[in-house]
Amino acid sequence: MTSLVLAEHDNAGLKDATHKTVTAATQISAPVHVLVAGENCEAVAQAAAKIAGVEKVLLADAPAYARQLAEPMETLILSLAGTYDAILAPATTTGKNILPRVAAQLDTPQVSEILKVVSPDTFERPIYAGNAVETVQAPQGKVIATVRTTTFGAAAEGGNAAIEKIPAAADPGLSKFAGESLSKSDRPELTSAKIVISGGRGLGSAENFKLLDAIADKLHAAVGASRAAVDAGFVPNDYQVGQTGKAVAPDLYIAVGISGAIQHLAGMKDSRLIVAINKDEEAPIFQLADYGLVGDLFKILPELDEELARRGYK
Amino acid sequence: MKVLVPVKRVIDYNVKVRVKADQSGVDLANVKMSMNPFDEIAVEEAVRLKEKGKATEVVVLSIGPQQASETIRTSLAMGADRGILVKTDQAVEPLAVAKILKAVVESEQPGLVITGKQAIDDDSNQVGQMLAALLGWPQATFAHSLELGADSAKVTREIDGGLQTIEVKLPAVMTTDLRLNEPRYASLPNIMKAKKKPIDEKSAADLGVDIAPRFKVLKVSEPPKRGGGVKVASVSELLDKLKADGVI
Repeated sequence: MTSLVLAEHDNAGLKDATHKTVTAATQISAPVHVLVAGENCEAVAQAAAKIAGVEKVLLADAPAYARQLAEPMETLILSLAGTYDAILAPATTTGKNILPRVAAQLDTPQVSEILKVVSPDTFERPIYAGNAVETVQAPQGKVIATVRTTTFGAAAEGGNAAIEKIPAAADPGLSKFAGESLSKSDRPELTSAKIVISGGRGLGSAENFKLLDAIADKLHAAVGASRAAVDAGFVPNDYQVGQTGKAVAPDLYIAVGISGAIQHLAGMKDSRLIVAINKDEEAPIFQLADYGLVGDLFKILPELDEELARRGYK
Repeated sequence: MKVLVPVKRVIDYNVKVRVKADQSGVDLANVKMSMNPFDEIAVEEAVRLKEKGKATEVVVLSIGPQQASETIRTSLAMGADRGILVKTDQAVEPLAVAKILKAVVESEQPGLVITGKQAIDDDSNQVGQMLAALLGWPQATFAHSLELGADSAKVTREIDGGLQTIEVKLPAVMTTDLRLNEPRYASLPNIMKAKKKPIDEKSAADLGVDIAPRFKVLKVSEPPKRGGGVKVASVSELLDKLKADGVI
């Protein structure tokens, strides 16, 4: 009984989403093997080998996997699939892109975004933007699932797994990478930050988002946004928190100028503490917030920034 | 090039869903239904390709009850040419949807399939990828922009870190993300015209696909509710509380 976890990484470093997926995997079928597919990604394999509960790391290091495009990744995972009882990937844009292809080829239905492992074949997953939770039992055979990483703790460090280099599988040659434009930031990543401060349409412009930046820097927070703010062009798409963007569950989520559409709430309502700052007292976000501050954000944000500075946050 | 656009009839995105008291599902009785918003973006993109002379025909397909023909009709009013309704009254899981689509693709031979990245009811985000795999085609998921060439498509995708551009050989499957376009409203004359456009009806059995569910849904429950919060009067009171809670 073994499960295979697809590692989330950028060739240079292993992402925390992997550790959380390993936690889910150990609840489904232990021991756990981790597949690191990439190019020049030996350091990632070494990091994966240190995760407690991981028995073996499979390292497929080849140019075809540099960007983890779906088609070559499908053939690689299929070449390994036979012996595993479960194949899991984090529900990131990479995992969501690749895993359904594997499931379809194995004629196995996929369970998307599991929130909880009820038993090795039964899972809770969100439907209707998280307004309902479905408990589903997978059919006999392999379990194929993506994992909502915000609801699983990260597996600890302290393992010492063997790293086995595996050959590349055939590349179907159907797709190629043609460029990327990634947001660069020194702040923590949105999905793993302890504090997230998000802005909505109420911010009014890209320029005004800088009001959030100053506070984020003082709190070591990540900056997020509602769909409305992304659609309006205030910030890039990778800031989006919600049903179709990123799911986050920090210790503290500060929603500024966000009214609280259900699609946005879907992505942040598992946060430990929620603060809402909004001038509209009736905004739905206040029904969810632990602390609500009603007022003009253009007055409140500078005040918050100054008060944090006065209290020694910098 | 023919473009096939699978669309799903779902609960309207503005409706607050209610879980049934017996936990058998969500209450769909007398609830407003609409086209899945991501599929609307897919229809818009296909119609724009036709208007630019890059697509020759836009065929819209839906799998669902008789009323799903209204969803197809909406697409026809937006500018699609004809529809196919695969009629069934049962819920169809993503893998079975992909198998139905595969059968239709084999008979229709489109050069491009465009569909939503996920349906806002089951939030599975699987069908496009599964269809591409079953056909042995490449995929371009979460599309932000599309440049369609004769033998290939250049697609910029919304990924967790930002944007990624890939080039896929045609035929291919593309799934839409939110920023690909803004779907149009159908005009009244086009709504009238759409009434005359053909919709072909089939069943899954006609296509040789078994749609029996593979999952067993044990229950559908309400998510845990958050306790009511409090209003604070000032920034300084807020920070005091956050400090006391140990989060800052």
